Amino acid sequence: MNASNTKMTDISEIKRPRRWHILVFLLPALIVYTAVMILPLIETLRQSFFNTVEGQYTFVGLSNFKVLFGDPRWAADFWNALKNNFIFFLIHMAVQNPIGIALAAMLSIPKLRFSAFYRTAIFLPTLLSFVIVGFIWKLILSPIWGVAPFLLDTVGLKWLFAPWLGKPDTALIAVSLISVWQYIGIPMMLIYAALLNIPDEVIEAAELDGVTGWSQFWKIKLPLILPAIGIVSILTFVGNFNAFDLIYTVQGALAGPDGSTDILGTLLYRTFFGFQLQLGDRSMGATIAAIMFLIILAGVSLYLFVIQRRMRRYQF
Amino acid sequence: MSKARASFGRTAGVHVALIAYTLIALFPVFLTIANSFKSRNAIFREPLALPTPETFSLIGYQTVLKQGDFLGYFQNSTIVTVVSIALVLLFGAMAAFALSEYRFRGNALMGLYLALGIMIPIRLGTVAILQGMVATGLVNTLTALILVYTAQGLPLAVFILSEFMRTVSDDLKNAGRIDGLSEYAIFFRLVLPLVRPAMATVAVFTMIPIWKDLWFPLILAPAETTKTVTLGSQIFIGQFVTNWNAVLSALSLAIFPVLILYVIFSRQLIRGITAGAVK
Repeated sequence: MNASNTKMTDISEIKRPRRWHILVFLLPALIVYTAVMILPLIETLRQSFFNTVEGQYTFVGLSNFKVLFGDPRWAADFWNALKNNFIFFLIHMAVQNPIGIALAAMLSIPKLRFSAFYRTAIFLPTLLSFVIVGFIWKLILSPIWGVAPFLLDTVGLKWLFAPWLGKPDTALIAVSLISVWQYIGIPMMLIYAALLNIPDEVIEAAELDGVTGWSQFWKIKLPLILPAIGIVSILTFVGNFNAFDLIYTVQGALAGPDGSTDILGTLLYRTFFGFQLQLGDRSMGATIAAIMFLIILAGVSLYLFVIQRRMRRYQF
Repeated sequence: MSKARASFGRTAGVHVALIAYTLIALFPVFLTIANSFKSRNAIFREPLALPTPETFSLIGYQTVLKQGDFLGYFQNSTIVTVVSIALVLLFGAMAAFALSEYRFRGNALMGLYLALGIMIPIRLGTVAILQGMVATGLVNTLTALILVYTAQGLPLAVFILSEFMRTVSDDLKNAGRIDGLSEYAIFFRLVLPLVRPAMATVAVFTMIPIWKDLWFPLILAPAETTKTVTLGSQIFIGQFVTNWNAVLSALSLAIFPVLILYVIFSRQLIRGITAGAVK
């Protein structure tokens, strides 16, 4: 490949023809991507430094951010949403990854029967839209229908039931778990793929040394799938700090009860478009989007430059 | 002997755990579809029972078809999804070919630029996207959604397809050049047919978030004539929230196309994830 390419460049350097076809191949993707994604992103970031002062749209420096962090009308909502968003993410990491790893480990057992069926079935919720997922769970958890209390009753846990989605102290956990239920398929699949990529010789060598079962999983397989767990974590991070749809369908734009499920995505929606008595505010919306951008950028950079570099990769 | 029994016990345990989780994954879907075919009383009296001849009822579906324009919503979703996928595949494959085939100044930088969008969500630019769509008069058109979804899908498509295109044999392409094929012909007639499996994977990956999205239809195209299935069912359910027959039927109608597509494409999808995603 290299040889032929250098040959091509040699020829082109002699003749110097303009290779227009490269431009033709690149241009459509470049135009759409730049015009619809990159420029609006930059423009949104730019607008976070502007606001309307006495009827004039002017540059205000960092004052939008100051308002968001410190002004009593904004700060409480913002810090609440940010805190909830971190809890939302932590619940995902604490519940989704262990279950995903466990499911993947079971599915990767050689010659397990029906494993294709299990895989297909467990992945299904990931494909359903948030509207479907949100309403189904709202109905199941609703005390009116009584499906959840009935099911708990059959295992003798009826006392545990409460209208979880309606109580401020449990609503966020309930919504997070619904989201975990929906997305569990992605960590499961990525880790399953990583487990399949471990060569048989490594496992055989471990077995010859008497490392089997649990200790084989902890000492041999888990270190080898750490890069996959890293990818799952950063995907979860980006997804969670960009989430909106599920909360909107389950709890509405106000992210009730009492703002207890409000995250940055729903706050951005309410701020930018307004809701009920609140008027839409373009500048503050752009400011919240800029904060979300910085958080996601920080997470991705941390992953790319710190975590991924330190992680040992094994080449087989 | 005892080892065999122990391993049998372990396998049984694994099956119990997997069946339990499979039930958790499928139960809500089953519950919705089963109850959508029942009369209102039966839904409440015995939510877990399958519809029987006495409790069978299509009243929910009748309400949905009469009140909501679901056929129109399906049409909108289909148009948006199909056109976006076609554009993502065409533009993405072209850019991927340029990046993987030719050496030119700024190649690596261009690849990095196009890869930015894999990690940075397009939603963060919503404020300016809406302004742009208002300025160009594209609000409440399907074109607005198609443009946004094409931009959203391109980064991953370029990334995956250029990985695959590097594996296409150079000898083949050079043979084509010697035979006098233009670079365009080499791309369309030699390379594209060879990366078809990768294109299918990209198509499935692109399709899922587009079909599911609620944010952009809600913001860019909330008009009755441009509603997608996701937005349409969201609003319909909001209006009919106390009519459980209608709600469950609307949910089932939104599930069916996904189920059918999944049954057809699940192998492609799972192979795509398990082969390409982790390297």
